[in-house]
Amino acid sequence: MRKVAVLGLGHTKFCFNSPKTQVEMLAEAAIDAITESNLTPRDIQSAHIGNCLGTFCEGQATVSQFACDDIGCSNIPAIRYEGACASGTIAVRDAVMWIASGYYDIVLVGGVEKATAMGTPLATRTFCMGTDSRYEYGAGLTFPGFFALLCRIYSAKYGIPMEKLKTQMAMVSVQSHEYGRKNPYAQIQQEINIDDVLKSMPVCTPLQLQDCCPFSDGAAAAVLCSEEVAKKISNKKPVYITGIGMATSGKMSSQYKYLPRIRARELSVQQAYSMAGIKPDDVDICELHDCFSIASFIAAESLGFFEYGKAPEAWEKGETRIEGKIPINISGGLKSKGHPIGATGVSQVYFITKQLREECVEQGVQVEGAKIGLIDTLGGDGTICNLVLSAD
Amino acid sequence: MEYKLPFKEYNKALRENRLLGLKCDKCGSITCPPKMACQECGSLDLDKVELSGRGKVVSFTTHYIAPMGRENEVPYTVVLVELEEGPWLLGNLIDLNPSKMSMDLLGKEVTASGRVYPGDMFTNGPISRPVFSLAE
Ligand SMILES: [Zn+2]
Repeated sequence: MRKVAVLGLGHTKFCFNSPKTQVEMLAEAAIDAITESNLTPRDIQSAHIGNCLGTFCEGQATVSQFACDDIGCSNIPAIRYEGACASGTIAVRDAVMWIASGYYDIVLVGGVEKATAMGTPLATRTFCMGTDSRYEYGAGLTFPGFFALLCRIYSAKYGIPMEKLKTQMAMVSVQSHEYGRKNPYAQIQQEINIDDVLKSMPVCTPLQLQDCCPFSDGAAAAVLCSEEVAKKISNKKPVYITGIGMATSGKMSSQYKYLPRIRARELSVQQAYSMAGIKPDDVDICELHDCFSIASFIAAESLGFFEYGKAPEAWEKGETRIEGKIPINISGGLKSKGHPIGATGVSQVYFITKQLREECVEQGVQVEGAKIGLIDTLGGDGTICNLVLSAD
Repeated sequence: MEYKLPFKEYNKALRENRLLGLKCDKCGSITCPPKMACQECGSLDLDKVELSGRGKVVSFTTHYIAPMGRENEVPYTVVLVELEEGPWLLGNLIDLNPSKMSMDLLGKEVTASGRVYPGDMFTNGPISRPVFSLAE
């Protein structure tokens, strides 16, 4: 298989109540990615776009088709990928295969969402569609509910008293906001402290508002190409997608004995690590799916960074900070940067690529000497996609 | 191949307070809610069985927010129960004051009955849901 490079990048501001349509947000991010690649829209051979709830927020399906046409990528194959919150990441994974196989040389990847246009009740309802509608939505299971259930299992399984665990979870949100404040594209650029988290309103016990990422609007895009094309046209430090993985699980109750671990994540990341020929220790920076504070602990352990039950201590000791053992969510993560679900995976690609290109110095968030980055995205009860990015 | 226990049949039985599951001819495990294949070994050789509805609380969460159309249910408690036959089942925990619920509930014995969520514009009709109460 051929090596796949990340060329230009594009990213809108993530926000509440965007005045732009989904097609506009996606088109703006996409044209920036194409321009930064020293290409024109006519050079793009296909488009792979993550978008989950476009039909509910604007009555718009196939945003991929309209955005491509708007920017002059006329008549190319344009595909919408849906994997709940992992929609963007699975679009990237697929695009990688199209180039690696030799079928295409230059493709556009992107993602967009406009969840805040629905308002909180409908947004909450549509996000619930990622649970099993037959057997689990009847009881009113939501996604904060899913992670709240995992939180209690985590506390019981690893013997961490809930009060202690809650304080450690608060530290996840505090760190994300500290770094997110420095991200010009972040939705919530505001520092918070542990008290703010612990005093926020209850959402799904034991999770409170400041344990949860917001509903978001926004888009991100990137151009992927073969190594040959990248060497010819790019004047940026080369970054390659060297590992991809994906796996799925069934509904929450059928994952039973394995919880709070998500088996799909362990399988997916193993695929990505083995394709890239690396181990967790080799990863210099990670963007993982922190939709809820507890989700960060669960993810970081399955990705192989910490022993099971030990991630809370890692956040407490600062091991996930820029200067720590494994810097995690230096973009601000879903919590502070925002989580427009179709765009999230592509936004993770954006920020990891920026780090590997060493373009985060000015913002004061550069992880020095970062060469290998890992991306982790979770959709629904268990659609997991992982990507390994490497500088040369 | 058709499901041995389709949604419609499971749903109807639960409405009548009967919890149905599937017993695997190959490994003996119980799958509930139903699937086409055994959730332990993947065998398609399954028989319909009626379950006791008894189990222990594995986890719970009280929702203070609700999806559209379910605002009047707040606060409601979602519970994950390990049934005595083995599988885990997600339902609601009822007859308890949410403000009095603590981690002490984990491991407590509960019994299931059925209630109906009437559904909304997105569901294809009403959906039965298991509701659990603390066992006497
Ligand atoms: Zn079996």
